[in-house]
Amino acid sequence: MARRTTLPRKLGVTALAWGIGFLVFFPILWTVLTSFKTEAEAVASPPSFLAFHWTLENYAEVQERSDYFRHFLNSVVISLGSTVIGLVIAVPAAWAMAFQPAKRTKDLLMWMLSTKMMPPVGVLVPIYLIFRDLGLLDTRLGLTIILTLIDLPIIIWMLYTYFKEIPGEILEAARMDGADLWNEIVHVLTPMAVPGIASTLLLNVILAWNEAFWTLNLTAAKAAPLTAFIASYSSPEGLFYAKLSAASTMAIAPILILGWFSQKQLVRGLTFGAVK
Amino acid sequence: MTLRSVLLGMSSLFVIVSAAQAETLTIATVNNGDMVRMQKLTGDFTAKNPGIDVEWVTLEENVLRQKVTTDIATKGGQFDVLTIGTYEVPIWAKQGWLVPLDKLGAAYDVDDLLPAIRSGLSRDGKLYAAPFYGESSMVMYRTDLFAKAGLTMPKAPTWDFVADAARKLTDKNAEVYGICLRGKAGWGENMAFLTATANSFGARWFDEKWQPQLNSAEWKKALDFYVKLMKDAGPPGASSNGFNENLALFQSGKCGMWIDATVAASFVSNPKESKVADKVGFALAPDTGLGKRGNWLWAWSLAVPAGSKKSEAAQKFIAWATSKEYLALVASKEGWANVPPGTRASLYANPEYQKAAPFAAMTLDSINSADPTHPTVKPVPYVGVQFVAIPEFQGIGTAVGQQFSAALAGQKSVDDALKAGQDITVREMTKAGYLK
Repeated sequence: MARRTTLPRKLGVTALAWGIGFLVFFPILWTVLTSFKTEAEAVASPPSFLAFHWTLENYAEVQERSDYFRHFLNSVVISLGSTVIGLVIAVPAAWAMAFQPAKRTKDLLMWMLSTKMMPPVGVLVPIYLIFRDLGLLDTRLGLTIILTLIDLPIIIWMLYTYFKEIPGEILEAARMDGADLWNEIVHVLTPMAVPGIASTLLLNVILAWNEAFWTLNLTAAKAAPLTAFIASYSSPEGLFYAKLSAASTMAIAPILILGWFSQKQLVRGLTFGAVK
Repeated sequence: MTLRSVLLGMSSLFVIVSAAQAETLTIATVNNGDMVRMQKLTGDFTAKNPGIDVEWVTLEENVLRQKVTTDIATKGGQFDVLTIGTYEVPIWAKQGWLVPLDKLGAAYDVDDLLPAIRSGLSRDGKLYAAPFYGESSMVMYRTDLFAKAGLTMPKAPTWDFVADAARKLTDKNAEVYGICLRGKAGWGENMAFLTATANSFGARWFDEKWQPQLNSAEWKKALDFYVKLMKDAGPPGASSNGFNENLALFQSGKCGMWIDATVAASFVSNPKESKVADKVGFALAPDTGLGKRGNWLWAWSLAVPAGSKKSEAAQKFIAWATSKEYLALVASKEGWANVPPGTRASLYANPEYQKAAPFAAMTLDSINSADPTHPTVKPVPYVGVQFVAIPEFQGIGTAVGQQFSAALAGQKSVDDALKAGQDITVREMTKAGYLK
């Protein structure tokens, strides 16, 4: 029997959804609003929501002091680079685990995930030494490699889950039609898993964009991405909330826009296979 | 033309281009007003030193400390000039992580540096970091509220006077609190203030044999005094207030007094930022008559890490940034009130500076009255006024700071906080090998 949807119920659910949505979005909204305040207004108590003296001086100051474009470019190269390399490694890996599972595949998957449970600072010094000796400190290549490695378990897990939803018979049929391994993965499996791969790609770009431990610790001036750009506006002595908010807004704007345009894809991919 | 000759030509061009390229210094610093100003004035240095380029890495203080420590301990060589404080300099110099600054040039006038600051940055008579700006702590108070309450702030108040005045100035209905003090946990936050305050109550962190002293009567008196005073006359939620939170409170007119870094004087008296800019007076940090005042000493300083391959150019930069000429340069561009304070005696003798900065004399007196080599009433085996210059102190100070912050928030009693603090310190010092 279909569930009855009455008007008050519909309204209630809609209001609840909007309420939760607003709560989740509020910190971002507050950051954006703060970026248009003066430093004194940014810390004023009680805070004013909209009735303050709107100013662009924080943006002007941030523009003057930092090279936004260089940080932005570094963020783009590092997050896209690590995602693409990650996918190239993860698609075959997830294929093997989903369609050719061995006795220890589950253990292997759990082990991969367990590497994410270690606090990164625990391996900071060894990684730092390796990077120093290989000349990878403060390079985009170095950051791309490290972000690929740390996000790989998540990419493999996500793809594995999506691939599991695809009937193995289709791949079998392709094989019987004479498709070799390459064609099976590239021309049969991948097109069917596009929503899953797309959402994995988007999620990983967002994760890499926001990664703030390795990107801060392994860079200095040249390869520093937008996380370092934000960190440079926090001050131990002196008010800084407004300028920090302006820097944060500039740093998250590109990824917010990307998320906005691709939200359908993202939601479809994330709920893919959730309802059977 | 063959491919070989093209390649040959390209590679020789590459060699020529690389040779002509300038030496690039990477400078790590924090986002404080004076450092931002230095960054903006870099053009003056590069114009005077063709062949040297400068790249800046500005970071939040704790991020910077972690990153720079990793780099210097592993000799990563990512940085050529570091911005560090008086806490790190003696420890890092002892480890051999810093280059002694012996190439600052004949015109540098090292004897002009304030003696208290210089001694905090030297080891075995050698300077390991040059002070960029120095600070102590002092009382900032509202002259209008004092006049209204019929009180007169002495130049060198006692803690009893401060406590009494704070209670009289408090009007919780009008959201005016007699005193704003640090409460946020951290070795550089509440513990900087409380360690300096404890010094004035005759307390010390360790006795001559490194035995922790948090269970002493002096510490109990100091912490008890602080918690009671803040309960009666402090703002609500004080256990999460640090420098910036108190700055915002004072600037919006909610504090009768604020005891904190001397560098705050220029913020609270800046009419663009502060509602009470023309109603602020300054006094020395309080004492209890035991011979030590509750003020600290800190200098943000520039040093060259041992891993840098550009030590000579780095020292040239340091000499420029901490010279008398730099002070004059800032004065010519932004006025004398914006000159980085607290490093050179000549600045305080300058009548133009005295005129532009009404807090100058008080800052100098505060700095001069802090002695990092003899910080306490009773003798101690360590250097440092508001910290103990040993590597373990960051961890100990922050853990004990959390206990004291909890006592301020009313989550535990002063006795429990001190006992927990003592236990933490004994455990860490035993682990580190100071205690058997």
